[in-house]
Formats: sequence, structure tokens, C-alpha cells
Amino acid sequence: MITKVFLVGLVAAGLALPAHAQKKYDAGASDKEIKIGNTNPYSGPASAYGTIGKSITAYFKMLNDQGGINGRKITFITYDDSYSPPKTVEMARKLVEQDEVLFVFQTLGTPSNTAIHKYMNMKKVPQMYVATGATKWNDPKNHPWTMGWQPNYQSEARAYVAHILKTKPNAKIGVLYQNDDYGKDYLKGFHDGLGAKKSMIVKEVSYEVSDPTVDSQIVQLQASGADVFFNITTPKFAAQAIRKAYDIGWKPVHYLNNVSNSVGSVLTPAGLEKSVGVISSAYIKDATDTRWTNDAAIGQWREFMKKYYPDGNQADVFNVYGYSVAATIAQVLRQCGDNLTRENVMRQAASMKGWRPETLLPGITITTSADDFAPVESVQLERFNGKQWELFGAVLGR
Amino acid sequence: MTKRNFLVLLAVLVIACALPFLVSNYRTFQLTLVLVYAIALLGLNILTGYSGQISLGHGAFYALGAYVTAILMDKAGVPYWATVPAAGAVCLVAGFLFGLPALRLEGLYLALATFALGVSMPQLLKYHHLEKWTGGVQGIVIAKPEAPAFFPWVGLPLNSDRWLYFFTLAVALLMFALAWNLLRGRVGRALVAIRDQHIAAEAMGVNGALYKSAAFGVSAMYTGVAGALGAIAVQFVAPDSFNIFLSIVLLVGIVVGGLASISGALYGALFIQFVPNIADEISKAAPWAIFGVFMIGFVYLMPTGVAGAIRLLLAKRRSP
Repeated sequence: MITKVFLVGLVAAGLALPAHAQKKYDAGASDKEIKIGNTNPYSGPASAYGTIGKSITAYFKMLNDQGGINGRKITFITYDDSYSPPKTVEMARKLVEQDEVLFVFQTLGTPSNTAIHKYMNMKKVPQMYVATGATKWNDPKNHPWTMGWQPNYQSEARAYVAHILKTKPNAKIGVLYQNDDYGKDYLKGFHDGLGAKKSMIVKEVSYEVSDPTVDSQIVQLQASGADVFFNITTPKFAAQAIRKAYDIGWKPVHYLNNVSNSVGSVLTPAGLEKSVGVISSAYIKDATDTRWTNDAAIGQWREFMKKYYPDGNQADVFNVYGYSVAATIAQVLRQCGDNLTRENVMRQAASMKGWRPETLLPGITITTSADDFAPVESVQLERFNGKQWELFGAVLGR
Repeated sequence: MTKRNFLVLLAVLVIACALPFLVSNYRTFQLTLVLVYAIALLGLNILTGYSGQISLGHGAFYALGAYVTAILMDKAGVPYWATVPAAGAVCLVAGFLFGLPALRLEGLYLALATFALGVSMPQLLKYHHLEKWTGGVQGIVIAKPEAPAFFPWVGLPLNSDRWLYFFTLAVALLMFALAWNLLRGRVGRALVAIRDQHIAAEAMGVNGALYKSAAFGVSAMYTGVAGALGAIAVQFVAPDSFNIFLSIVLLVGIVVGGLASISGALYGALFIQFVPNIADEISKAAPWAIFGVFMIGFVYLMPTGVAGAIRLLLAKRRSP
């Protein structure tokens, strides 16, 4: 029933003209300010992600200096949860019940967001643009108050499938995946993408995070006669897989998931010369890529980094990510106009039509609807040339 | 118990009962967590404070208790209150069994053995043959218990947060009363004797191995009960919730609160619940550095913990 009302509301929103809307507020919004809450791991095992929270904070500071959104300043309240789910629950409750934010935004981590998923939806407080790639956040029917942002694992896997079907329709595919929900999420997207052609997969092997190496799995894949390799592994194992495949002389077309496409922490330890030809995907402009040296958006971003986040590392793609996702939520709030209710925030976020922050790769846009809560759904493939990633081909996905 | 102590206890109880009606639901939830940590710290204090064995792995028993509750509630539909004694029982047995071989190790070696337990726990919970029950890395989301119907009937405005607080308070009181009875009698004296001079203790007829294992078991049971209550309050368990840091924070809690002191558990719990939040508000860049400053400050100013400092203060006032 609630879903129905929600859907009707979304349709109505498409027809209504926001200019005539009256001022309407939920907790956390007023004529002067909009309060947004966030949790980030500033400490603990995942503190490398903490820079995302800092770059978002800096973005809102810039926005406020420029006059805010529709005359309202953004108050961004961000707490450290050390990547610990119980702490996230505590902090999310603090944000909702004590700080009374309009919504939470970019809470980071799959387990952390799982911990507050039910709570946010029960409280009907938007859990906007969660910072995780799991596919389960795109579930408007059962969780109408939660939305992801980045391309999820399944859409990324489908992009590789599209490329395989186009360039190598008779491929024999071998898959290596990490045996947990992250690995299975990718695998599901891969299977769904292949559909009736699932028989192209000649071998699927898995490994446990606790395994010391994936050497024997690579040997098995080579023995299966596969000539395409889809590598669903986290950084350490990705480096091992690339190295082992090269060392035993197995030369398949190698697709590596986006999770592990870091040159510094994966390809360098694997050996740059051994990584030549590996294919991965991207959706955001990497500031270290020489292709963007004269890009206007990256130029603006550098200005922003210099002025508002001087301690931030400009080589860290997470800072481009934080900037881009903050720009997206700013756009949603602009669209909300004077109707700053929680329902309208969800409604506007679910009616983006081709808008894009310019720091995304050219051609990648954000489109959402009442039954599509996945904002960025396309990626562009890239191939490693021994020095850096080179983008190629068209943007894949919706 | 002196009349004075009794009055203090009564006052604390009255405040504890009134608090949830004076603060927001969110604060009530935080206070519930304080009680949960207090029970866990009490457990660890029995082991470390009283019998002198250092454990760096009590987070594992906390996790075990939490998972027993979550699995029973989620898979078997057991009501939440019934899972708490079950979690305690499982941890008692697990603690006793772990204690038997581990207690042949002394001092730092025991600390290392328990450290191994604490480090491996999150990975064991992710083990894929157990996934059917544990939910793997995804963890288990459990339903929040509702306040029973008779409360509004009595005229108390009780939402589920307040109810959970009182439920936890009742369990905490029971656990504290048990510990008080246990530690101030024969068993407590035997444990302290083993800690201070185990050869002399054995000469007096104290069975060292048995007492040590029993202390380990009881200590694990307390921590398990705390884990169970924590899981019910947070409504979610996942391997990442119980990393080695939890074990270390528990150890910090008993040292700051006061070793070998029952009331110290409460002070320690307040410390580990609220100081990280204060540190985070002071600096986003280095919350743990601020936490460290607090910790050094406490240890330097109150070398016997908060409980010890209060005891000292009272003694000074009494003596002319």
C-alpha cells in the first residue's frame, strides 16, 4: 500500500510544476538550512575511505560559500563509525533522533548500511546514495527509502558480458570469484547478462578470503581451455592471479573487476609488464590520467581541492568520487526547491533524467525512476597499456 | 553491606530507573549499551582483575553470545529473553573448554593465546560451511523486541527502547549481584590468592587449575550474556562488528574503570561508550589520538582506575 502511494506520488511529481509548490519542511530543513547526516570510517581498518567524508565536507563548505542551495546553507554532520556496524547503528540513531537530519547521505560500507537498512526504512528517513557497490540497495519496492549511487557489481559484470559477446562470441569463459556476497553479486550479474548463453562458461572456481593464494585455481582455469578470464577478486588475489596466469603462460582475454583496478596496489605488485592488456572498467575521471590534464571539470576539481581540502591527496580517486556524489545530492536538493520533505527528496532522487556531474566519464549520465534506484549504471571499459589505463569503446550499460 | 553502601546503591538504582524517562530514545539506547558493556567488563574483570589472567580475546566470547542470540531468534524463532541464558550457557561451556588447555599458559603466553582467539573470530564467523546459520559476511538482522502489553496498562509510557533498557538493567543487576556474591566469598578470595601468589594458594589447598578454568568459564559467560544483550539492542550482528579491537577496548575499559573492582565495570563502560564519541567530536582527523590522550590522562591521574580513585578520595575524607 505504501509503495502504491509512493508510486502515485512519483507520477504526480512528474506532472506538477515545482515553481508553484509551497514551502514544505520535514525535520532537518528550514528557510535557513538543510541538515544532512553521514557516517564514515575516519579510523579503523577501512580508514582509507575516510577521505570521502572529508571531501564531501569540503564540497558543502564550497557550496555554502557560494550561497548554499536555493538560499539555504548545508549543515553536514559526519561521525566516525570505524567501519563497525554497531557503531553505525548508534551514529545513525544519533543523526536521526538527536541531530534530526533531513536524511543521511553516503553512509559507507556494505555491513554498516545493512545494519541500518531496516531502521532507516522503518523511520522513513532517506538513506541516500550509500557508498557501497552491492546490488541490494536498488530495491524500491521493499526499501523505498534507500538508494545507492555508484554502478553496482551486477551492472558492471553485464558490461563485460556485452563486450565479450560483441568481440568474442565463441569465447570459452573461465571465472574466478571470491566466495562471499561480493563475489556472488558479480557472478549473478555475469550469469544474468549471458542469459541463454551461460554455457559459454567452461569453468567456475572460487577461493576463500582466508586462502593464502589462488595459484591452483589459475592452473585449473588454464587446464579448462578457457580463452576469456573474468577475474572477480579483491586486490591481493587479483595481483596473484595476474602474475600466476602470466608465469604459466596462460594468455586469455583478461577482465578484472573495478574493485581491483588500482595501478598502485594491484598492477604494480603483480608486475606492470605482466598486466599489459588486462581489461577493467571505470565511471569516474581519474585525476592521474594524462587524458584529463586539460579537462575543465578536473581543473575545477583541482581548484576546489586546493582551496577547500588542501590536505587531500590529488592522486586519490576517492576525492573525485566524494566531489561527484556530493554534486549529485546538491542537484537533487536544487530540484526539491522549497519542498524539503523526506518524501520529496526520494521523489526527486528517483526522477533524475540524464543529469551528470562533469567529473563522471563523458557519456555517463544519471537516470532514475520509481522502479530504478540505481543512479550510475554505466561504465566504460579500459585496457592497461603497461603504464596506465586507456579508456576504449563506447559507454556500456544504461 | 553497610547502611551507607545500601543507600548509595538505592540512589543509583532510582537514578537508573528514572533516566530513560528524562532523556531521548537515542540516549536511552546509548545507556543500554553502557549496561551491556558493564556486564562484559565485569566478566573480564573476574578473569583479569581478580584472578590475574590477561585475556586479549574476550571480544570472541562477546561475538559468540551475540551470534547465539541472533541465530536462535532469526532461525529458530526463540523469543529474545530466552536467548540470553542460552548465550550465557554456550559461552560458559566454551570458556571453560578454552580455559582448560589455555590455562597451562601463564601471563603473556595466555594473553597471546586469547589474542589468537580474538583475531580469528571474525574469520571463523565468515566460514562458508557455517554460512547457513551465520549469514556469512552479510550477518543477521534481527527484529527489535516490543515492550510487553502490560506496561501501558500500569500507566508507564514505555516504547521499545525504554523497555529494552529496563530489560538490560534487570539482567545487569542480576549479574552484578551474582558477581558480588561470588567474589566477596571463598571463591573470590581463592582467585585473589592465585593471582597474588599461586604457590602459596595451592599450599593452602586451592585447586589452581580448576579455579582458573572456572574463572575463565564464568568470565566468558558474563561476556556472552553481554554480547546477547548487545545484539538485541543493535538488532544486527556481522563478523566485522567483533574484530580484535573490541577485545582491546574491553581491556581498556577494565583498566580505566579499576581492576578488581565491581563498580569499576560501570565506570569503564561509561568510558568506552562515550569517550570515543567525544574524541570524534574534537577531531575528525585523529579521533584515536585524542582517545589515546584521554587514556593516558586517566591512567596517569588515576593509576588504580576510576573506582580506585573514588575509594582513595573517600578514605582521605574519612581520615582526619
